[in-house]
Amino acid sequence: MSYVVERPKLTLAERMYFPSILKGLSITFGHLFRFVTGKGKVTMSYPEEKWDDSLPEHYRGAPTLVTDEHGRERCVACQLCEFICPPRAITILPEPIPAGEAFAKVEKRPKAFEIDMIRCIYCGMCEEVCPEQAIFLRKDYAITGTSRAEMVHDKTRLYQLGGVREGLVNKWNPLK
Amino acid sequence: MPSVLFYLFSAIMLGFGILVVALRNPVSSALSLAASFLGLAALFVSLGAFFIGVIQVLVYAGAVMVLFLFIIMLLDIQAEQRRKLNLPAVIGGSLLVLVFALQLATVLGDFPAGHRILNAAPLSPTAALEARRAAGTVHASIDQDLAAGKLPDVKLIGETLFSQYNFHLQIIGVLLLVATVGVIVISRREDKTAAPAEPSSPAPTPP
Amino acid sequence: MDWFFIISSGVKIAVITFGIILPLVALSSLAERKVSAFIQDRIGPNRVGIPMTLLGGKKDIAFFGLVQPLADGLKFILKEDFTPKHVRKFYFWLAPALVLVPALLTVGVIPFGSTLKLLGHHVPLVIADLNIGPLFVFAISSLGVYGIVLAGWASNSKYPFLGGVRSSSQMISYEIALGLSVIPVLMIFQELNLGAIVRFQDKNGWLLLPLWGDGLSLQRWLLLVPLAISFVVFTVSIFAETNRMPFDLPECETELVAGYHTEYSSMKFALFFLGEYAAMIVGSGLIVTLFLGGWSIPFGDKIGLGFEAAQNTWWVGLLHLGCFLTKVVAFIFFFMWVRWTLPRFRFDQLMRLGWVFFFEIALFNVFLTALILMLVK
Repeated sequence: MSYVVERPKLTLAERMYFPSILKGLSITFGHLFRFVTGKGKVTMSYPEEKWDDSLPEHYRGAPTLVTDEHGRERCVACQLCEFICPPRAITILPEPIPAGEAFAKVEKRPKAFEIDMIRCIYCGMCEEVCPEQAIFLRKDYAITGTSRAEMVHDKTRLYQLGGVREGLVNKWNPLK
Repeated sequence: MPSVLFYLFSAIMLGFGILVVALRNPVSSALSLAASFLGLAALFVSLGAFFIGVIQVLVYAGAVMVLFLFIIMLLDIQAEQRRKLNLPAVIGGSLLVLVFALQLATVLGDFPAGHRILNAAPLSPTAALEARRAAGTVHASIDQDLAAGKLPDVKLIGETLFSQYNFHLQIIGVLLLVATVGVIVISRREDKTAAPAEPSSPAPTPP
Repeated sequence: MDWFFIISSGVKIAVITFGIILPLVALSSLAERKVSAFIQDRIGPNRVGIPMTLLGGKKDIAFFGLVQPLADGLKFILKEDFTPKHVRKFYFWLAPALVLVPALLTVGVIPFGSTLKLLGHHVPLVIADLNIGPLFVFAISSLGVYGIVLAGWASNSKYPFLGGVRSSSQMISYEIALGLSVIPVLMIFQELNLGAIVRFQDKNGWLLLPLWGDGLSLQRWLLLVPLAISFVVFTVSIFAETNRMPFDLPECETELVAGYHTEYSSMKFALFFLGEYAAMIVGSGLIVTLFLGGWSIPFGDKIGLGFEAAQNTWWVGLLHLGCFLTKVVAFIFFFMWVRWTLPRFRFDQLMRLGWVFFFEIALFNVFLTALILMLVK
C-alpha cells in the first residue's frame, strides 16, 4: 500500500517567498512584542517557581516505601517488585522478623531495600504489583546526587521520602 | 617611511612568489599565491592606485584563488613528489629568465617615468584639471575632486574605459559571454546523454 | 602627515575596535540569546550578574544577565584548547585568525560619525577615509572565506570539509549579487567614498527616505523602485556572506554537526564566533551607510543637526555617532529577528536564488536605474 502525495500547487505569492517571510516575521515579532509588554505567557524560571502545586494526582515521581498507621513498615519483602522491575533497579534483602517483636506475625521484612535511581524509569510497575500497598510513586522528580552511590536510595531514605500512608488505597483508582 | 613599506611589500610579494613554486603542497602554494597578490595590491595602494589595488584583492585573492583552492580541495590533490632535477630543463629555464630580465631592464631603462622618483615629482591634480579643461573634457564630479586636490582614480578609470576604450570593453564583454555560453553548452551535453528523462509520475512515498 | 593625524588615527583604531566593535560583538551574542528567548516565549539568560556573595555581600546583583558575555568570554578562555591529532596543524591554527582579521579590517572604512571637534581639530570619525569604501569592504571581506575554507580543509574530517566547500561556493556566488546590487546606489551618488556618500544623504535625504533637500524630486522618488530592489538583494546577500541564518549552511548543525568549526574548541572557536558577529556588525554598518543615511539624523540638515553643525559643536558629532550606532543596533536586531523566524534553505535553493534570481535582478536593476537617471532629470 503506497500513497501518492500530490505536491501542492504553489501560487505566485507563495513562490515569491516574500509574503510568507513577512507573515513569519510578523508572527515572531508578535511573540516578542507580547513578551516585552509583559502580556505573553513565559516559561517558568525553574528553581524559583516550581510546578509542584499543579502536579496531577497520578503523577509518577520517585518510588518510595511507606509505613502504615501503626508505624509498621508495610513491605513484607515478597520481592515481587524486584522481579517485575523492568530495568532491575530494585534490590531487596529479606530477613525474618524475630519472634517476640510486635509484628512478628508478618514473618518477613526487608533488611535492605535499595532502588538505584539512575536505573529507575519511573514506570510504576512496582506500585502496581505490590500486594501490600507498600511502595508508591511520589511527586519527587528532582532526584540528584554527585556520585553514583548517592543516587542509590536505601531503606531509610525511601521511608523518609515515603512517609506514612493510612488505610487502604484503591488500586482501581482511575487516575492511576 | 614609504620606501621601507615598499621594500617590505616587495619582499612579501617576491617571497611568497618563490614559495608558490618551492612548496610541494598545492594548498600551501595556492595560499602563497594569494599572499603574493596581497603584497602586490599593497604596492599598488602605495602608488596611490587604490582602485587597482582593491580590485587585485577582490578579483584575484578573493575570487580566483578561492576557486583554485576550492578545486584543489575538491579533487584532493596530494603533495607533489620530489623529482630528480632535469639538467637541460634547468639550464633552459635559467637562460629564459636571464633573457626576460635583460629585456625588462632595457625597457625600464628607456622608460622616461622610470627615472623619476615619485616623491620628487608628486601628482598634481590641479595641473591635471587644467589639462582636462584645455582638452575640453568636462565631468562635474571628477573636476570637483581634482580641484580639491584629490586623485579620483576610480572615476578617471571609469571615464577612460567608457569613453576612450568603450569599443574594446564591449568586445571583451562579448568574448567573455561567448566563453560562458561555451562552457555551459559543453557541460550540458554530457548531462543530456547520461540522465534519463524525468519520471512522468512522482515516485511513491511511504506513508 | 602630521603627528595629530597619526595619534588620532591610532586612538580611533583602538577606540573603535575595542570600544565599539568588540563590546558590540559581546553584547550582540547576549542579545541574540535574549531575542531568541523572547520570540520563543522564554526569558533567556538572566542569571549571571556580579557575584556579591563571593565578595561577602548578601545578595547577587543579577543585572538581567548583562554580565553574561563576560562569563562567556571567561569560559572560552578557561576551556581546554584541544587540537585533534589528525588535523593539519599550521592551517588549523591559522584559520581562526583569518576569519577574524578581515572582519575587523573592514571596520576601517565605515564612517561611524561625521566629525568630532576636539582640541580645535576636526577629527573625522572614520579610521581610513578611502575613496573606494564599498569596494574595500567587499575585497577584504572576500578574504574572510579563506579562514572558513582552511578551517574546513585543515580539520581533515568530512563534516568540516563539506562546510568549507559550501561556504566557499556560497560566498563566491553571492559576492556577484552583492557587487551588482550596489552599482545602482553608486550610480546615484557618483561617489565611492563612504564619508561623501553619507554627507550626500545628510543633505539630500536618505536613499530609502528622500524626504528633504534634493530628495524631494521626481527622480529620487522614481529611483525608490530600483533602490528597494537593490536594498533587498543587498541585504539578502549580506545575510549569505555572513553565513547568517536562512543561509547558514556552512555550519548547518542538523546536517554537518557544526560545519567548518566542528573540530575547534575554546578560544579558537571563539575567534570564529567573534568573526561571524563582527562581520554581521560591519554588514549592518554598510547597509546603514549606503541606504539608510549612515550617521545622519532625519531632517538633520534642516533643523541644524547636519554635517555643518558638527563642524562647530562637539556634541553634534557625538549625536551623529549615537545615531549611527542606533541604526546599526536596529539592523543587528533585524538580523536576529530573521534568524529566529526563517528555517534554513536547502543548498540547491540557495545557489538557485543567488545565480538564477538575484544575479539577473541585480543586472536588470542597473539598467533600470540608468534609464531613470537618463530620462528623468
